[in-house]
Amino acid sequence: MLHIFCPHCGEYREEEEFRCKGQAHIARPLDPEACSDEEWGHFMFFRQNTRGQHRELWVHSTGCRKHFNVIRNTVTYEIEKVYLVGTKPETEGAAS
Amino acid sequence: MEKYSALGLLKHSLSNHENWPRLWHNPTPKKKYDIIIVGGGGHGLATAYYLAKNHGITNVAVLEKGWLGGGNTARNTTIVRSNYLWDESARLYEHALKLWEGLSQDLNYNVMFSQRGVYHLCHTLQDIRDNERLVSANRLNGIDNEMIDAEQLQREIPLLDCSRNTRFPVLGASVQRRAGNARHDAVAWGYARAAAALGVDLIQQCEVVDMVIENGAITGVKTRQHGVIKADRVGCVAAGNSGVLAKMAGFELPVESHPLQALVSEPIKPVLDTVVMSNHVHGYMSQSDKGDLVIGAGIDSWVGYGQRGSYSIIEHTIQAIVEMFPAVSRVRMNRQWGGIVDTCPDACPIITATPVRNLFFNCGWGTGGFKATPGSGHVFAETLALGKAAPLAEPFSMFRFHSGALIDEHGAAAVAH
Ligand SMILES: Cc1cc2nc3c(=O)[nH]c(=O)nc-3n(C[C@H](O)[C@H](O)[C@H](O)COP(=O)(O)OP(=O)(O)OC[C@H]3O[C@@H](n4cnc5c(N)ncnc54)[C@H](O)[C@@H]3O)c2cc1C
Ligand SMILES: [Zn+2]
Repeated sequence: MLHIFCPHCGEYREEEEFRCKGQAHIARPLDPEACSDEEWGHFMFFRQNTRGQHRELWVHSTGCRKHFNVIRNTVTYEIEKVYLVGTKPETEGAAS
Repeated sequence: MEKYSALGLLKHSLSNHENWPRLWHNPTPKKKYDIIIVGGGGHGLATAYYLAKNHGITNVAVLEKGWLGGGNTARNTTIVRSNYLWDESARLYEHALKLWEGLSQDLNYNVMFSQRGVYHLCHTLQDIRDNERLVSANRLNGIDNEMIDAEQLQREIPLLDCSRNTRFPVLGASVQRRAGNARHDAVAWGYARAAAALGVDLIQQCEVVDMVIENGAITGVKTRQHGVIKADRVGCVAAGNSGVLAKMAGFELPVESHPLQALVSEPIKPVLDTVVMSNHVHGYMSQSDKGDLVIGAGIDSWVGYGQRGSYSIIEHTIQAIVEMFPAVSRVRMNRQWGGIVDTCPDACPIITATPVRNLFFNCGWGTGGFKATPGSGHVFAETLALGKAAPLAEPFSMFRFHSGALIDEHGAAAVAH
């Protein structure tokens, strides 16, 4: 069971209140019509699936219902950092 | 390889069963192989066996970072069925089911394949419609499947609560009677023994840490324990770790790895002689030959490689089981564990050539690849032997996520199994 700090509520809550939305910082192509099938397919379906430090998007779905980002180790499950959408702190090891 | 028979059993009883030969040896790897298979689970071992048996390619090594069959092969709840909705997947899983039906004979190893039937419960009108559609699609593909109503279901499975008093009353079910269970460890051991007997090298404790790629083609793999081992072709069959191997080769896959959990109860007297699954309340259960109830849970929503998941998932699963089988509500659970499953956006596997020449992947089986073990090995062996996708594997290329030709089994794939 993960114990997650919601930066909007400012407190630790249990995992069941949250929902993981997958890899963070996936930018939607600015001009979808101009994408090749390969580019669009890549945006839609291909993921880093990192073993180690993983940046991911979470939502506090039964709490404040706001999104935020997390850096979590996918082997130890330890949460290393929680940060707001729109920011991207540097850390050693985390893939982009 | 010593052939197993009743006579052999008698012969060995005279020496107190102390002289049974080993099932396979632990060879030191050669410098080069025709084909290297990365991952010694059921799928990898089956691939090696069919490469040797069907294609006469025996200069083959299976590299396994742990022990043979210690991954998801040893962690699954062993449901085998072929009632998939779409033509492409139905063909692939039915191919596997036909191989299951003769597997113990073929391998001369008892995989304890038991065609005890698998039921998909319907709790809503939509469930009934979906399952009627599934049954019809299956029949058009020559796959057995039938609908039964709640009354008949209650007669066939007395333990199941088919009364009107439940929160989600059972209205009926579809049942594939040729489906069932098999002994997971025996499948790995049977394939390993038969492959080794045909000359395949099974290298345990050998982790692949990098790929050797020259001019866009793979020429070997780098291992932690034995350095570089060369090969003309490499097939990766690493389930939850497929993404890690793809990264070594410089590309991404449309899969994500999630923990999937299962649990078993203390052994009890026989109460359930079949497999029951419910998509709606989200749980499934069977009973093993030892008597323990085997219960499957769902995946955690986050990426995880730790072979353990969250407690809330188990709690949710147990709620579903008690909803279906109130009689077992006070049975105690004995053990619980997790595996890492490689899930694909359309809930179908990936059997594919890759951006790297001579490098092939067989992955994305997610929560339901045990049932496909013989079929997966069979078509992947053909793919590796041909150097291009076998006909049954063609629709399962990773490039379907570029073209959009997805095979959307999500609705029909029900709960994790
Ligand atoms: C709890 C649970 C329940 C399930 N229930 C069912 C079910 O009822 N029915 C069903 O059909 N399916 C089920 N599945 C899914 C099924 O277990 C898998 O799809 C199937 O076993 C995959 O087989 P495999 O041989 O590809 O994988 P695995 O058995 O996981 O084999 C992959 C092997 O690759 C090795 N490996 C990984 N990386 C490397 C490396 N770098 N170098 C060398 N070796 C490496 C691993 O150690 C592992 O042994 C379930 C899975 C789980 C976890
Ligand atoms: Zn919050």
